[in-house]
Amino acid sequence: MTEFISPTLSYSLLSPILVVFAGAIIGVLIEAFASKSIRPIAQVSVSIGTLVLALVQVWRIRNSSSTTAAMGSVIIDGPGLLLQGTILVISIIAIFLIADTENFAAAAAAIPGSPEERESIARGQQVTEVFPLTLFAVAGMLIFPVSSDLITLFVALEVLSLPLYLMAGLSRRRRLLSQESALKYFLLGAFSSAFFLFGAAYLYGYSGSISFAGIREAVVGGTGNDVFLLIGMAFLSIGLLFKVGAVPFHAWSPDVYQGAPTPVTAFMAAATKVAAFGAMLRIYYTVFANAEWSWRPLLTAIAIISMVFGSLVAIAQRDVKRMLAYSSIAHAGFLLTGVIALNKAGLDASIYYLFAYGIATVGAFAVVTLVRDSAGEVTDLNRWAGLGKRSPWVATSFATFLLAFAGIPLTSGFIGKFSIFSAAYESGATAVVIAGVLSSAIAAFFYIRVIVLMFFSDPLEDATSVLIPSILTRITVLFSAVVTIFLGVFPSPLLDFISNIAIFIR
Amino acid sequence: MLVNNGLVYLIALPLFGSALLLLAGRRADKWGHLFATAMSAMSFVLGAVQFYEMLGRDAENRAVTQKLFTWISVGSFNVDAGLLLDQLSICFVLLITGVGTLIHIYSIAYMDHDKDRRRFFAYLNLFIAAMLLLVMGDSYLNLYVGWEGVGLASYLLIGFWNQKPAYATASKKAFIANRVGDMGLSFAIMIAFATMGTVSFKGVKEAAEGSSQGALTAIGLMLLLAATGKSAQFPLQAWLGDAMAGPTPVSALIHAATMVTAGVYLITRSNFIFDAAPTAQLLVVIVGAITLLFGAIIGTAKDDIKKALAASTMSQIGYMVLATGLGPVGYAFAIMHLLTHGFFKAGMFLGAGSVMHGTGDEVNMRKFGGIRHFMPITFATFGLGYLAILGVPPFAGFYSKDKIIETAFYSGGIKGILIGSIALFGAALTAFYMTRVMILTFAGTPRYDINNPPHESSFLMLLPMGILAIGSVASGFLLARGEALVHWLEPLFHAHEGHGPEILPPVVISLMALGVVIIGASFAWFKYGRGPIADTAPTNVSIFTRIARRDLLQDDFNESVFMRPGQALTRLLVKTDDVVVDGAVRGVASATLGSGAALRTSQTGFVRSYAALIVIGAIALIAAIWAVTL
Repeated sequence: MTEFISPTLSYSLLSPILVVFAGAIIGVLIEAFASKSIRPIAQVSVSIGTLVLALVQVWRIRNSSSTTAAMGSVIIDGPGLLLQGTILVISIIAIFLIADTENFAAAAAAIPGSPEERESIARGQQVTEVFPLTLFAVAGMLIFPVSSDLITLFVALEVLSLPLYLMAGLSRRRRLLSQESALKYFLLGAFSSAFFLFGAAYLYGYSGSISFAGIREAVVGGTGNDVFLLIGMAFLSIGLLFKVGAVPFHAWSPDVYQGAPTPVTAFMAAATKVAAFGAMLRIYYTVFANAEWSWRPLLTAIAIISMVFGSLVAIAQRDVKRMLAYSSIAHAGFLLTGVIALNKAGLDASIYYLFAYGIATVGAFAVVTLVRDSAGEVTDLNRWAGLGKRSPWVATSFATFLLAFAGIPLTSGFIGKFSIFSAAYESGATAVVIAGVLSSAIAAFFYIRVIVLMFFSDPLEDATSVLIPSILTRITVLFSAVVTIFLGVFPSPLLDFISNIAIFIR
Repeated sequence: MLVNNGLVYLIALPLFGSALLLLAGRRADKWGHLFATAMSAMSFVLGAVQFYEMLGRDAENRAVTQKLFTWISVGSFNVDAGLLLDQLSICFVLLITGVGTLIHIYSIAYMDHDKDRRRFFAYLNLFIAAMLLLVMGDSYLNLYVGWEGVGLASYLLIGFWNQKPAYATASKKAFIANRVGDMGLSFAIMIAFATMGTVSFKGVKEAAEGSSQGALTAIGLMLLLAATGKSAQFPLQAWLGDAMAGPTPVSALIHAATMVTAGVYLITRSNFIFDAAPTAQLLVVIVGAITLLFGAIIGTAKDDIKKALAASTMSQIGYMVLATGLGPVGYAFAIMHLLTHGFFKAGMFLGAGSVMHGTGDEVNMRKFGGIRHFMPITFATFGLGYLAILGVPPFAGFYSKDKIIETAFYSGGIKGILIGSIALFGAALTAFYMTRVMILTFAGTPRYDINNPPHESSFLMLLPMGILAIGSVASGFLLARGEALVHWLEPLFHAHEGHGPEILPPVVISLMALGVVIIGASFAWFKYGRGPIADTAPTNVSIFTRIARRDLLQDDFNESVFMRPGQALTRLLVKTDDVVVDGAVRGVASATLGSGAALRTSQTGFVRSYAALIVIGAIALIAAIWAVTL
């Protein structure tokens, strides 16, 4: 009988993750034991407190690095911590939106249209389980970019995905659409997870190891059977590309973005992307770096298709959430450019881009939650006409985010695109840069069309009204807009900060 | 160089005032004007303290700097947002904050009845902040920020009463003319960066010694273009007259004393470029000479008191630009004239505003007459400004303008005699049109309803006028005594080079200048002082008068050469856009819609087809890897 070895954990370095898990469990306990009247306020405070505490922990250990924080299954290093920080910042402003329970079903378990549903609405019930779910998802996201073996990576993937599947089905209005999207997301997610696992198995077959370091050694040494490597790599990539919504694994994203409650969409669109790209950066920059001859051409093709497809189809959209979904597909392509660059500048630029894009995305969806009529959110773009005349502040902030998405100078989006494209250009990936610039031009067309619609068109008869934002939503919109502008005007502090500490350790 | 981390407060105070007044909205209506005035005054106090400390140091250590933050850091291109306060900038700082504060005080009374007085003061504070940034930036890029800031403030203030379409048009005209000049500045910055790799004053100064003549000339010409836009010099002078649409305190502060002199500052600050690029420097002289005559001639024909003063401003700045083009010996005299002009012209504008205030916003001098009886204090302060601008000793203008004329004569050869004579002729014209303004406004018999006579303005308006009048009297003597200003500025320029041969003794030139002034003034007296003045402008006048009244056809020229061809070009472009570009777009759009319809079939909403898509993608991926690795 082999002796049991008790694991040694570096609690200090794992504290951000542990804090979020602890917060999630407290949230579950509140659901179970606290009275209904105090649940909402308790959940909101616990969630915000947890995330802020975790962010403080990330800041505290910002200069640490270790490969043995959890028996070799996670790596704490600069890029990992930067991405964790980004995820936490995004989660904090997203939880402000989620706290506005107007967006969520009164009782998620009640069948749409049933007497139980009417009763729960009449009683003024509120869904509060969304908070612990969010925290669990955040915890999974925090592990995802710092995982250093395939099992941890997979577990993190599932921990972050499962709560999201549920959260997508919680919408208060158009519940059937919401539940359909949740089911779609779940089925396709499970499908892609299968691919992911399949790939992991092949990689184990190739290298005889599940740790990143072991696979990397095998790739460098060239000892294994290349067919196993290639198949494993391809299937693993499918799982990751599905999460970031790159073409042709994007099909779920417009439906889910549209069906999910908008605060959840905001959280999902921004934070999931950061986590998934974080993991991709680590895997391609460290594990597969020496096999770049095999994957760079492929990712280049996928990046180009994503950018062009996302930008082109976005033009045809009439629904603001679907438009943002296609825009996020195009942005997945832009971000892949940073992976392809495979140099230090590309890493820095990707992290900067993820931060800037994540913030602007949450801000944009936050604005979407505000534009309403009596039946809930209005996502039909035609009815956004003239919004700038009636609600100049809301429209101006939305315009700011759109300009950032379009990469117009003096917004964070410009600096992000500029640095990511220049990094890719330095590495010789000229084709993807050309495609990127061209599709940016196409994309600018539909972003600016929305701005024109908001500011220069006359409102229609059935005008939408803008909700008076709650203080938390207001903070989110304001914070996002200020950060978006600030990073466009003074990018240097953040860029320098990232470039100083973003170094992968292996 | 010494570092002083307090410099930023000079700018921050008025900027804060502006932001607060704009953000606070109507809530600040009651105290906004006082707050803005206090901000400006505190800025002046800080400037005065800086000046006092500067006096205590020896010449090499007078300049102080402050680094604010790293603004841009991209590869080899580094720009710090930094401030520089040296002997040159302190002159401007004191002028801007000093005259600026006086005009804030004046405006409290002048804008008393305006419901938007708070907004007016917010813009005034914004202007002070931007102008201070302009003169205190330590690089061309920082200067550019201030440069655009004053342009914005000027635009907002000219169009302050934008409910009148003509005023709104005037502000647009000023803005567009300034844009042309601003392009010059941005080109100059780009050329400097491309050829020297730096845009800081210090860096460019060091790099200028090793730079090619071509690059220096190009930078010089572009800087000159910038200066002509901001300082209303030929050929971008047309906007200044229309800019008088703004409230009179604005005309006094921005369009007489400070902003319009930014071009002179720019050229003086860039002395190391112009000194090394003789072609550009010669063009500076030519621009200055043309403008000083141009403005003076327009001034002789204007009946609108503010437009007459505006034409005079243009002409006086022409003198300054002329002086800066004369090389190292000229810079200090340009600055001296700039400072004295700041006093007497601002004083006269405030006087004009006072007259307008007393007569119910009348600006036509043919409707004035004999106002000295009703507004004796205004008459006195305006009169002192008048004596100063004429260059009558010992008033301020005598010291500064005389020096410019003298330096022009001494600049050597035919050129010296030519520009000296132009400057001298300009002085005669100045005496003529200013005497005309004095006679039409203050002398003679009233040409308005005598039962409703003008009234003297309130104390708050008279106080700044009085202080500026003191400046009109004394500033020239103080600056010229023992060549105080020349020595003060000496470390910045290679002033020891001296000037060309003295073809005439200085005293002769002074006497000549005085002579032509007396001739000009007497001529005006004979023409306007003896008989009654028609209260409408006579129409049976010579072609020359008519041309002068039309601002020497500057607008006709701009309209026929730039505006109409521009409009035609725009129409052509719109048509091209409609047919060619939109046609292509429509083509692309229908193609996109076609492909969109095709692509939409991929988005069926069925999970099974999405999953099939993933499988197809996976197969394609594997196949592609196979193809790549084979």
